[in-house]
This record gives sequence, C-alpha cells and structure tokens, in this order.
Amino acid sequence: MNAANGPLGAVAGLGRAVAELFDRAGYTIVLLVRGTGWAFRKPRWRMTFSLMYDGGIQSLPVVAIVALFAGMIISLQTGIFLDQLGQGETVGRIVAQTFAREFGPFMTCIILVGTVVSAYAAEIGTMAVSEEVSALEVLSVRPASYLVAPRIVALTVMTFFLTVVADIIGVIGGGLVAMNQIGLPMDRYLENALDTLSGREWGYLPKDVYAGLMKASFTGWVMAGVGCAQGLQARGGALGVGRAVRTAVITSIVLTLIISYNFSWVAYQAFPS
Amino acid sequence: MIHVEGVTKTYGSKVVLDNLDLDVQDGETFVVIGKSGSGKSTLLRLMIGLTKPDSGRVVVLTKNVPRLSRKRLRRFRTKMGYLFQSGALVNWLTLAQNVALPLLENPNFPRKRIDAKVMEVLYRVGLYDAAHLMPDQLSGGMRKRGGLARSLVTDPQVMLYDEPTTGLDPVTAHAIDQLIIDLNRRTGVTSVVVSHDMEGAFRVADRIAMLYRGRIIATGTPDEIRLSADPVVHQFVTGSLEGPLAEFAQKEEKS
Repeated sequence: MNAANGPLGAVAGLGRAVAELFDRAGYTIVLLVRGTGWAFRKPRWRMTFSLMYDGGIQSLPVVAIVALFAGMIISLQTGIFLDQLGQGETVGRIVAQTFAREFGPFMTCIILVGTVVSAYAAEIGTMAVSEEVSALEVLSVRPASYLVAPRIVALTVMTFFLTVVADIIGVIGGGLVAMNQIGLPMDRYLENALDTLSGREWGYLPKDVYAGLMKASFTGWVMAGVGCAQGLQARGGALGVGRAVRTAVITSIVLTLIISYNFSWVAYQAFPS
Repeated sequence: MIHVEGVTKTYGSKVVLDNLDLDVQDGETFVVIGKSGSGKSTLLRLMIGLTKPDSGRVVVLTKNVPRLSRKRLRRFRTKMGYLFQSGALVNWLTLAQNVALPLLENPNFPRKRIDAKVMEVLYRVGLYDAAHLMPDQLSGGMRKRGGLARSLVTDPQVMLYDEPTTGLDPVTAHAIDQLIIDLNRRTGVTSVVVSHDMEGAFRVADRIAMLYRGRIIATGTPDEIRLSADPVVHQFVTGSLEGPLAEFAQKEEKS
C-alpha cells in the first residue's frame, strides 16, 4: 500500500488541516487586533459610514421582516400552550426575554453573516486575487488600516443597532399575535414585556438587554475580522474568492453559536443576578 | 542600483528561481523576457518585498530587501514604483482618488499640493480628462496608464513594470512603451520591465535578459539578443514552434 494513501497519509492530511486551522485562526486574531488598533489610531469616518450604510441600513428591511415573523411565531407557539394552562398573559415576558437575551442578537448576526460578512470576504478577496491588495502594500498603504479597520467598526456598530431594531420589532410582532390569536390586549402584553425588562442592574439598562447587545456587538466584531481575513487570504481567481466567502460564512455561523453560548453562560451562570 | 545574488525561490516542489544572479545599472531600462510562468513576476515581487526568497540577496537602492523590517520596508517602498499587470486600481475610488492615495497616506506630503500633483501626473500619462472616472469606466490601456500615474506620483527612483503591454492592442501597447521611454529620459529613473512582448522589449530596453528554467541564460543589448546564437533565446525571439522551449514544455506536461 502506498504510504501517502494509507493511514500515514490520512494522519499527515489531518495534521496539515489542523496546522492550517491554527494558522488561519492566528492570522484572523492578529488582523482583528491590528485592525481595531488602526480604527483608533487613524479613523476613516467617511469609509466607515459608507460601509455602515451599505451593510447595515440595507440589511434593515431583512432584519425587520425576519424579527417581525420570528416574534409572531414565538408568540403563537408559546401563547397557545400557555393559554391552555391559563398563563396566556405571560407570553409578553417570554417573547421579550427570548428576543433580548438570545433571539435578537443571534438572528441579527446570522442575517449579517449572509449579507455583510460574505460581502466583505468577496470584496477583499476579489481585491486580493486581482493584485489590488498587493498594490496597496506597494504604495505603503496598510490593508489593516485601509480595508480592515473601517469594516470592523462598521459591523460592530451596525450589529448593535440592528439588534435593538430586531428586539423592538420582534416584541411588537409577538404582541400582534397575542392580541389577535390569544385575545390578550396589547397594553397588557407590553406591560408584561416591559416589566420583565425593567431591571436596573447596569446603568439604565436591564441585564437581559445589555448582555444581549454586548454579545451582538462582540460577535459583529469577530465576524468582521473573519470576513476580512478570509478575503485577504484568497488566492487563485474566482474559485479562490468563492472558497473564501464559503469559509467566512461557515466560520462566522459556527463562531456566532459558540460566542452566543459562552456569553450566555458568563452572563447568567457565572454571574447570575 | 539593483543587485540580485544567488536567489532561489520555490513554490511547493516547483523551483521558480534557481540560484539566480542579476545586476541592473543606475538609470537603465532593463527588460526581463521569458515564457509565461517562468518566474518573471516573482523576480519583480522579490525586488519590492512582496515575496521573500528561500535564499540569496536582493539589494535595491543599497537595501537588502528581504531583511528589511516592516517599517523600513514601507519607507523603502516610497522610493519604488510598481505597475501591476491589470493596473490594480482600487475600484471604489475615482482615477484621481486612486492617484492621490499614496500622497494622502503620506503625512509628510503637503495637503495643498496633492490636487496639483495628481493632475500633473495624469496629464503626463494622457488621462487629464479622465480624472473623475471610476476604474470600471476605463479601458484596459487607460487602467494601465492610471496605474502608472499612481506609481509615478511619488517620484520613484526605481520603476518596476509587470507585463505593461499584455492584453493591449498594438497602438496602445506602443503608447505605453513610449511612456516608459519618456519617463526614463526625463527623470533618469531605473526601470525593470518583465515582458514576453518582444517588439516592446526591443523598443524600450537598454539591456535585455532572458529567464529560462529559473536562471538568466543570456544578457545583452537588444541587438545582441536579437542576433543571439543561443537556441533558447533564438526560439523565443523568433517565436518559432520548434526548438528547446517546445521540448522543455512537452517534458513539463508529461511530468
């Protein structure tokens, strides 16, 4: 048996894959740190606002529609069951907490992976394979400052604001269903929803809200780094760009789930109220 | 001015440059010819520090480029110009913004002089009226001239041209060659051009070197190269289908 195709070959292949994984992870972390540093040292406001508009504002309708229907679905599924138990009024609490803690940040991040992170990887990947990134380096323009820093700031900020929008619209969507399907008056629904989010544990924001928003922003920050890093490492024409986009999307989705769980654990298990 | 000594560069198992030596004199236009994939672009990328050699020295403007720190490499590159095959203009900036980019990134260049400098360089490459256009509104030749303008705006001491006329019609290619000649005459800039366009190479070169199997196999004036008795050089210059280049290509395909 040829050693290259036998068990040794498989082990060598696994070793190469693990080494490449660590190599890419290390590159992404270094790029994130450098890009964030440049965002403070040399802010590029015009490009940042332009990216916020392109990525954030244009994702707003999708986020709003998905949040509205997600809120309606949660309200319908839980509301019918709770109503049978005579607990229909608590649906507002459930929808509000679900959105503030988990669903708002998670849903927003997943949408932004598809709309923005993939675009970052494709834009920068196309620049890399068409030598535009090399051209910037030759001109002594740092890609971490010129390409990465504005994208990191734009996605971090936009994830925060879009999560706020998702939370509000999700709760409203849940209220519409509670009112029409369960017969719960909107004022009672909102009263319960706001009541559950009315803790004053950190400044003026209840923990459910600020923990969710911090989680969303942190995930946005990481996702921006992943998209840019994959783009900068793209090689080999259109195929390479496609591979970079696919890797950026898969990595971002997996990281969103990992970050989401760990943030929740820290916020509610390690530091319970 | 440029001294390449014992440089070897491999990509995986493929040896692209094999213990290569090369010298380019101050102020000359030096053309490197060779087949596609023979390592010409790699040679240019080594000279500007975009790629590192496996071994050997690449000395440009008295600096050993592979050994420069990131900071010193950035400073070194401000004295260099590089024209990429496609022009490599940033696609969301206008032509004028592209040309202004290296000046805007240089905190020492007076802001008030940027517009005048940009328009002066665009005028020199014949793109004065196209300053406001986006890269996707420019033809291939205009993009290359735009890339050239962006390289020239920092008044480089060394210009590197990667296939400056590839993909262009003969008239536009001639115009680009003329720009290279004019620039050399006017500023005395040292130029290294890699190309497989023999007509252009003979037009612009003070000296020509042939790169084959990772080494320089011949160096000389355009006339010396044109009349070379070396079978590889002769076949490449004449474009003949039969000869050592074709045999080597067949062997490579089989392996």
